[in-house]
Amino acid sequence: MSGRSALSGPALRMGGLVLALILLCVVGIATTGGRFASAGNITTILSLAAVTGVVSIGMTFVITAGGIDLSVGSVLGLATVWASTLSTQYMAEDYGWWVMVVTALAVGLAAGLINGALVAYGKVPAFMATLAMLAAAKGLAELIAGRQTQRVEVDPFLDVFRADLLGLPVIVWIFVVVAAAGWFLLNRTTFGRRTVAVGGNPEAARLAGIKIKRHTLYLYGLTGLTAGIGAVMMLARTTAGSSTTGTLLELDVIAAVVVGGTLLAGGRGTITGTVLGVLIFSTLTNVFILNNIDSSVQAIAKGAIIVGAVLLQQWFAAREKSTST
Amino acid sequence: MTSSTAVRTRRVSGAFIAAACAALVVTGCVSNEPRDEETAAAGPVTTTENDEPGDEVVIGFSAPAADHGWMGAITAAAEAEAEKYEDVELRVAEGTNDVNVQISQIEGFITDEVDAIVLLPFDGAALTEVALEAMEAGIPVINVDREFTSPFAARTTVLGDNYGMGVSAGTYICEQLGDNPDAVVAEIAGIDALPLTTDRSNGFKDALEDCGLDVDARVAADFTVAGGEEATANLLSAEPEIDAIWNHDDDQGIGVLAAIENAGRDEFFLVGGAGSSDMMEEIQSGDSVVQATVIYPSTQAADGVKLARLIAQNKTIGDLASIGVPRTVQLFAPVVTADNVEEYLPIGFDS
Repeated sequence: MSGRSALSGPALRMGGLVLALILLCVVGIATTGGRFASAGNITTILSLAAVTGVVSIGMTFVITAGGIDLSVGSVLGLATVWASTLSTQYMAEDYGWWVMVVTALAVGLAAGLINGALVAYGKVPAFMATLAMLAAAKGLAELIAGRQTQRVEVDPFLDVFRADLLGLPVIVWIFVVVAAAGWFLLNRTTFGRRTVAVGGNPEAARLAGIKIKRHTLYLYGLTGLTAGIGAVMMLARTTAGSSTTGTLLELDVIAAVVVGGTLLAGGRGTITGTVLGVLIFSTLTNVFILNNIDSSVQAIAKGAIIVGAVLLQQWFAAREKSTST
Repeated sequence: MTSSTAVRTRRVSGAFIAAACAALVVTGCVSNEPRDEETAAAGPVTTTENDEPGDEVVIGFSAPAADHGWMGAITAAAEAEAEKYEDVELRVAEGTNDVNVQISQIEGFITDEVDAIVLLPFDGAALTEVALEAMEAGIPVINVDREFTSPFAARTTVLGDNYGMGVSAGTYICEQLGDNPDAVVAEIAGIDALPLTTDRSNGFKDALEDCGLDVDARVAADFTVAGGEEATANLLSAEPEIDAIWNHDDDQGIGVLAAIENAGRDEFFLVGGAGSSDMMEEIQSGDSVVQATVIYPSTQAADGVKLARLIAQNKTIGDLASIGVPRTVQLFAPVVTADNVEEYLPIGFDS
């Protein structure tokens, strides 16, 4: 495929995503003028992308390894609830706001490790194990919160995470840092190479000496951890913990990852693609709202984009196959 | 990877997991007990001759799962109301969002031959058939909030007024902005797929039209804090200058307020919906963008219990000349402002 190297698969895919994003921006500017391009609106788009984005980074790893995690939304909700119970908040007032952060991260990580243990050692299919966690985490969150909304009253926590840094909200920076760390982990470390290997061909990976079970455990732990980070961001954004927070987030996250170019079957993952996928969806929502378009129309458009992206992916995959032979 | 780095990785991750577990244990207390016990305020008291003890009655009560503040308050208020009467035994079925389970609960009440049933159906249409069965078995059914599809399925229906909520909110905004036809009015709806959202929006639109205003921007959330935050963040971006906002639902209002605070905006005033104690406290504080909220009474199932008792005891309602409990009671959707918030605070619900 030497003659086509300029148009090789990954570059073309990224090009397509960037093009789609630019197209959305052009539509935004054309229909609403300066309102879309204003600094405030760009910040809005980035802030909305941040929470979905952070969780999507974790999800990229699990999907690259051929798994799936349906529980991220309810684990995120559970983490917001656990980190904002009155007893946690009292501790945060006494010892510092980090108590809430540690709680949220620990809840996310623990839930992720349980998922991982079930999938790796219990041999429960990922779809079922994480579906069970989705239900259980939601139930536990409702139980702890008594189905009520828990206001965050720890001002230092809100001051830290609702602040701006160098012109952008702190939560956007968290997204940037998590995305950069994710990119490094996937592309520049043994952990990343193993993740791709496990997803591409588990048998070959096993023969190559990769401890698949332990690696799987870590992968789900990582995704749970990103759900915990997302919970911290959500607590700051909404100033409240609730069992309803994160409902259906898993669908947005999986859609963004797959639209970004990570193969649902595993074996290929891209952090850059995931970031672009997340940005495409949050920009789309924003452009629709700027134009005051009905929410039902938004939902249809979202569906069409997901289908279109997956069809394109398959087309690229077929092309790659034919050019490489 | 060399064996020494492998060991290190393992040790580091092991330590991390141990630390995480320790943290979980440390903050393990998931209690929500406040440090200082607050005493609940007493509700408004209205007593009539009807409150004198009468025949002992058993009332079956079924409502959807208390998955948001308003619905939680519905069952709590009904139980509190029944508690006031020594002649009432309220059998509360576990709240459920599964219509099949709710149907079997009503079938259970019919088998038990209760004296009356108060039913807030998860879905009015789906519960109509079993309500008809109860009525045919001679058990009066009091239908609350979500209407059955057959008029024969209920002896009495207690309804909130979704259209009226929109009208009240719109009329209030008209009063505040009346002299300015170019004013920008925005609306943050709940779940767009629900008929009640359409009713609220229609009432709002009609009331605004009456004073020459219209809805310039409209977004829909999903009754959750997170959904309210997201929708509002986008809305505020879309409209750089707003005069008034109506938010359909105070449960999502916490997220709405978080987004407003995030954007640092305060050029408008906000009218809430449903009537949570959080929003009422904002109104009371006087320095919030929240100026008013429109009540959607969370006491309507409590009204249902009261009426069920009267019907089962063959009593008639006070303060009406006609005999018998009315067929339909539609509750008022009043506007709560700083002037009357004291009066409504006791019926505000915790979201």
